[in-house]
Amino acid sequence: MSVAEDIANEPGRSFERGVANSVLHIDDVHKSFAGLHALSDVDLDVRQGETHAIIGPNGAGKSTLLNVCVGRLKPDRGAVVFDGTVLTGKQPHEINQLGVARVFQTPEVFPDLTVLENVMVPALSKRDGHFRLNPFKSFARENHIRDEAVSVIESVGLKAQLSDMAAAMSRGDKRRLELAMGLIQHPRLLLLDEPTAGMARHDTNATIELLKQIKQGGMTKVIIEHDMHVVFSLADRISVLAGGRIIAQGKPDEIKNNPKVREAYLGEEQV
Amino acid sequence: MEKNTALKDTILFVGFAAVVLCLPIILEPIGANYPDLLQKIAIFGIFAIGFNILFGLTGYLSFGHAAFIGVGSYMTLWSFKLLTMNVVPAIIFSVMLAGVFAYLIGYVSLRRSGIYFSILTLAFAQMCYSLAYSVLTPITNGETGLQTRAIRTNPETSLLDADLRVIDQAFGVQEVGVPTTNFFGMAMSGYTGFYFCAVLLIICFFIAQRLTRSNFGMMLKAIKSNQNRLNYTGIHTRPYLIAAFVISGMYAGLAGSLMAATDPIAGAERMQWTASGEVVLMTILGGVGTLVGPVLGAGLIKYAEQKVSSWNEGILENFFSFLPETLQHLMTNIGSLFVGEGWHTTLGLMFMIIVIFLPGGIMEGIQRIANIFKRKSGDNSKGASAPQPAE
Amino acid sequence: MDAIFLQVLNGLDKGGAYALIALGLTLVFGTLGVVNFAHGALFMLGAFCAVALERMLSVSYERINPDKQDFLGNPLKEQISYLVDWLGADTAAFLQDYSVPLSILFAAIFMAIVGIVMERGLIKHFYKRPHADQILVTFGLAIVVQELVRHYFGANPIPQAAPDIVSGAANVGAWVGLGDNVIYPWWRLVYFLFSAAIIFGVFAFLQFTTFGMVVRAGMQDRETVGLLGINIEQKFTVVFGLAAVVAGVAGAMYTPVLPPDYHMGMDFLVLSFVVVVVGGMGSLGGAVLAGFLLGILQSFASMQAVQELIPGISQIIIYLVAVIVLLTLPRGLMGRKGVMED
Repeated sequence: MSVAEDIANEPGRSFERGVANSVLHIDDVHKSFAGLHALSDVDLDVRQGETHAIIGPNGAGKSTLLNVCVGRLKPDRGAVVFDGTVLTGKQPHEINQLGVARVFQTPEVFPDLTVLENVMVPALSKRDGHFRLNPFKSFARENHIRDEAVSVIESVGLKAQLSDMAAAMSRGDKRRLELAMGLIQHPRLLLLDEPTAGMARHDTNATIELLKQIKQGGMTKVIIEHDMHVVFSLADRISVLAGGRIIAQGKPDEIKNNPKVREAYLGEEQV
Repeated sequence: MEKNTALKDTILFVGFAAVVLCLPIILEPIGANYPDLLQKIAIFGIFAIGFNILFGLTGYLSFGHAAFIGVGSYMTLWSFKLLTMNVVPAIIFSVMLAGVFAYLIGYVSLRRSGIYFSILTLAFAQMCYSLAYSVLTPITNGETGLQTRAIRTNPETSLLDADLRVIDQAFGVQEVGVPTTNFFGMAMSGYTGFYFCAVLLIICFFIAQRLTRSNFGMMLKAIKSNQNRLNYTGIHTRPYLIAAFVISGMYAGLAGSLMAATDPIAGAERMQWTASGEVVLMTILGGVGTLVGPVLGAGLIKYAEQKVSSWNEGILENFFSFLPETLQHLMTNIGSLFVGEGWHTTLGLMFMIIVIFLPGGIMEGIQRIANIFKRKSGDNSKGASAPQPAE
Repeated sequence: MDAIFLQVLNGLDKGGAYALIALGLTLVFGTLGVVNFAHGALFMLGAFCAVALERMLSVSYERINPDKQDFLGNPLKEQISYLVDWLGADTAAFLQDYSVPLSILFAAIFMAIVGIVMERGLIKHFYKRPHADQILVTFGLAIVVQELVRHYFGANPIPQAAPDIVSGAANVGAWVGLGDNVIYPWWRLVYFLFSAAIIFGVFAFLQFTTFGMVVRAGMQDRETVGLLGINIEQKFTVVFGLAAVVAGVAGAMYTPVLPPDYHMGMDFLVLSFVVVVVGGMGSLGGAVLAGFLLGILQSFASMQAVQELIPGISQIIIYLVAVIVLLTLPRGLMGRKGVMED
């Protein structure tokens, strides 16, 4: 049994230093680029099953935080702990195998593969682990995985493009494909980097509906988002990041009424 | 859908096998049905198929695959010299040793990608080439090349000049002079040699086809498409790359072994980087990433090599005899740059033309022509314009 | 001490050649973004410019000298070079003696034309193609060039003589107070100084001219320079021509050290690529540094004592260093972040 399955089957546990039910614990993370503090003293807990939105003005350090979580960047200080496992210093594929999937801000799909193949590849890695030498296992006979991939693709609304090359898709469709690639892995934690950016309004609403459905499945999600409509429709709790620091945390209503947040952020963007 | 693919693959495989086995008949009209050339086509076909598993599927351009050819050739010769003239152990040892070499070189080279990878593989191949000519001469016999000899009578004689053939001796095989290589008694020369290589080519093709259609093959394609994304999908790409490198190195080792089996001499010139370049050309000429393309490319290049390098000025003068005399001389002079000894000029020129005008190779060309016909039969409107060159 | 000093000297001329080729490779790669596998062929072409000039200077006709007779009593036929007829025997002899240094001029003009034609005719169309395509097309070109040279000049190395005045060896040891054991051929010393001068010239050109400034900016950030509305295409042509000239004169001057043959380009190319990689892709200083470093290292590795210790090391030292450097310092000695890392 793979590590990912191991974790996926386990009920939420508490991490000794964090809040009860914490799945993702970001502990005092610092990151600076050439003297510029992108993140300082960031402490954050994401609870089992919740949808946690991270908002903040441009350049607040949201994407940096996400990159630290998935191992793309190494923090100068502090640690990211996922379900009792320290993620800091781990390879991206190891982090994914632990059950953390990421949906990229700029779509990063496999342009030379079809939509179906794009979704089947992450499903295979979920089932087979980070490396399995199965040189003669026919890809076309992976019926189980294909059926599942088709149903996920259907749920994001790309059924008609099943055998299209991903390179030929529109940007919005690529984002939905990204989402499907994340969802098929049934991750314990899904990190979404602006999942609706660049989408038309009705597509945005469809995506919100989809994410709401998954929420009922108990998947923990962290969303970075600009669109307040999306944030307030989905988030259980919100953290506000400004100037690399967390300035507020709480339920959507609390955040709405928090004067510090209004000053730092909501002042510029009317809700 | 999956049945459709499987059926197509079966048809492709059966068609391929039939064409390969009938090559002596098919190539008769163009005068290319002599065993020596046929053997070369089959052997380089294997080499190119293997190279394509790495370059075609993962996009990693190795410039050092000739090193594995060399390893295979030398190992085969040593098997002939020490054990038996039967090719089976020779092939098995060669493929295994090439696999070990490929693992070592791949383990280091695959830490980098892109042009760095190309240069690293090139550096390793050049290293093997230099060593074969210098320190390793006790094993490679340097510039003379390694050859099979008569059984050693005087224990003082160097093993480079005399053989042991322990297994053959144990079975009491009588040798008159230097024996020929064989497959359980069938001599590896002439058409027997070709059919032996052809059967191996078909097996290699089958394996490559299964690999391409497998989960493993899909991962390799995903690496070519977006390696970074694959990491974030939970796949550790390096083991896949190393596996692909080792497999293609083993193909090259097999090809090298067969070269030595059909013509029992091994020299370091097989490891020169122009030899690595040649297989790259075969692959792109046929079509990178396609199954049949590399074999097609290998066949075409080996055929062209035999033909073009056998032409001389006399033939050219005859060819241009319809022209006025001065023009005839001019054309002959220009033509003589490209024929006979000038075969490599033609090769280089083909290289450039293919990369410039048809990066997808012949298979893409066929595809384009097929598309034109499809469109023409579909609607006879003016839609059937010339295909756009792929930029 | 003597031996070490001698090995350093021995490495300098070879290192100079590596550095000059690597400099051109880096220049082209850094500004044009093109991996040029035909760069070695340019070096080789330069070397054959020297051969061609020498042959041109001694083009001769046959005439019968009525004053002399061969042993059968027939009038003796003589080869008289046109040069002697035109300029007199002294000038002709002088020119022929100095044919290698003179070939710098010839090579510079010829290589500039070759470089510009090559860039306009072929390389230009490959700026946006993948690196693999660039490698392949220039590899094909390299084969064509080398085979054409073989067709016209034959397969054997053609020795070229250095001018008489520098044909001997210099007692370098005496200059630095190390005794008489350090003897070093004059021409190699000349070559080292020559390569140093060229390198200095190229750097000065890049440092102190507006053109050089644009080129350096282009190496830092190609897109931005393009956006500035500078006619970058034209600059590219000049840069490529410059690289070709540098490689060409490096080849021409190298002929007295190593008799040129048609495949010397390929041999030097592989080594120069290794030099570029060791120095750090896209770093001009790194290319020069690594060129000399590897040249010296190679000459140390071919010392008798070292050979006995590790047989064959001189053959593979450069590749070995490349492998080690690439594995420990992924960007080479002086490589910049973000060059060729995707």
